[in-house]
Amino acid sequence: MNQSALKKIDWLLLPMIGVAVVVILWAISSATWAKELPSPLKTWQTSKSYILEPFAKRGEMDQGILRFTWYSLILVAKGYALALIIGTPIGFFLGLSKPFAKTFDPIIQVLRPVSPLAWLPLGLVLFLSAGKNASELGALFTIAICAMWPTVLNTAVGVRAIPQDYLNVAKVLKLSRTKTLFKVLIPATLPYMFTGFRLSLGIAWLVIVAAEMLTGRPGVGGFLWQEYNALIYEHIILCIVTIGVVGFVLDRLMSLVERRFKTA
Amino acid sequence: MAFLELKNVSKSFGGLSVLKDINLSIEKGEFVAIVGYSGAGKTTLISMIAGLLRPDSGNVTLNDLEITAPGPDRGIVFQNYSLLPWLSVYENILLAVDQCFPNWSAAKKTEHVEKYIAMVNLTPARDKKPRELSGGMRQRVSVARALAMDPQILLLDEPLSALDALTRATLQDEVSRIWEQNHKTVVMITNDPDEGIYLADRIIPLTAGPGATLGPSLKIEIPRPRDRKAINHDPHFKELRKRVIEFMLDSKGHRHAAIAKKLVLPEIEPEDLSIPHTFVNRRRVPLRRGEIKRETVEVDS
Repeated sequence: MNQSALKKIDWLLLPMIGVAVVVILWAISSATWAKELPSPLKTWQTSKSYILEPFAKRGEMDQGILRFTWYSLILVAKGYALALIIGTPIGFFLGLSKPFAKTFDPIIQVLRPVSPLAWLPLGLVLFLSAGKNASELGALFTIAICAMWPTVLNTAVGVRAIPQDYLNVAKVLKLSRTKTLFKVLIPATLPYMFTGFRLSLGIAWLVIVAAEMLTGRPGVGGFLWQEYNALIYEHIILCIVTIGVVGFVLDRLMSLVERRFKTA
Repeated sequence: MAFLELKNVSKSFGGLSVLKDINLSIEKGEFVAIVGYSGAGKTTLISMIAGLLRPDSGNVTLNDLEITAPGPDRGIVFQNYSLLPWLSVYENILLAVDQCFPNWSAAKKTEHVEKYIAMVNLTPARDKKPRELSGGMRQRVSVARALAMDPQILLLDEPLSALDALTRATLQDEVSRIWEQNHKTVVMITNDPDEGIYLADRIIPLTAGPGATLGPSLKIEIPRPRDRKAINHDPHFKELRKRVIEFMLDSKGHRHAAIAKKLVLPEIEPEDLSIPHTFVNRRRVPLRRGEIKRETVEVDS
């Protein structure tokens, strides 16, 4: 066997073996100790119509899985954009100004570990007056506030890590504040910022499921919760797999973008 | 009146005196080399001329104006190139040109940048990023950037010390050639006396730190253009070289005695190897004194 064939085995066959092992364990579990857990075959049979007609719309809470994913992704995109728009400048201020960092770092460290499940009720209360849109705004608030921390912290670290050389260049050339920001600070921080953006996206995707479960919005998470209440456990597994695959794809895409911005 | 003047300049960091009583005056169009040990405060000296640092006492004047902040009238070439890695060669220089000549048309700026890229023989690498260039090429970009700003004075902070010997010689010739074209005032910091003598009109040794100060100023009367091979046999070159090195070694000799007094003992408490090491009776491992939290005092009863 030649080298390239061996490589193909490495990255195609080995992961498939990994999947197979998990599916076998799952099948054994559902046959022995976890009687309520649907078997892999049953899961496939029940979920087939959702996968094979991924964009079908039969009712508000009965749609193809990709259609649900699409709803979730749109909400994530909005919340994530909000997180970046708010988080990046905060990160810059934290990195640039020592007094600012001293003032706000403790409160950031306290707010950062708070679970999305804790933020959501507050979000709903905040936008109570919005009526019909309350659940969407509450979910956006939750995504933004949970997902922005990695962006904030990584940007701050990136700004602090800018080599003195680059700042000296800016000083010798007498670049104005705005020019220093756009010609030196931002480009020098970009690699760190993108690491933050990538981590933030991962969190945003985690939060969406929780937010949809609690608000009952149509989407992967909302569907999962509804099917749990309807005792269709096969669809829970379908949703878990979908959430995982989408999260994985998002992370891969983001790491491609991240690599594009790595300088020196 | 001297063009660049340093009067009784002193600078210390955290109570440690780095430079003391620096007096230096440089005429317009002069090429002065300051040679000193690494760590002697050479970079501190040039940073003060550049305006990146302010002296603790004394003052630095250029054209009778006190230097208080960095500015594009003093082009500086840093030891570690200081190119912005996300910009190409052309863009790095353009950033400087843009800043110094904001009123020029885009075409004039481009022409100006390209002229200086050509001057340092980098036209083929015009659109490359710094990481795609060798150390010597990066330093040439840095020189081109400084020259393109058309500064009144060019400050070279050990510009060639990170390069291998062959590249270094080539770049020395290039610096020499460029200087003969435009006769800018140059202050070059170096750790190599030969380099200083080969390139400069005047060479001044810096004593070893801390509290370094400038030694006697030695005029280099070797006619230009200088020949790298012939210069080694020039009696004047040999004499200068001897004087610079002797001065620096002497200053270092004094320094050794001073430093010996300040010797701090290591804060590691060593392991006592005379105690047998068994499984039950464990020998104490070496430890830092700073980490000892408990102290036992034995008192005779």
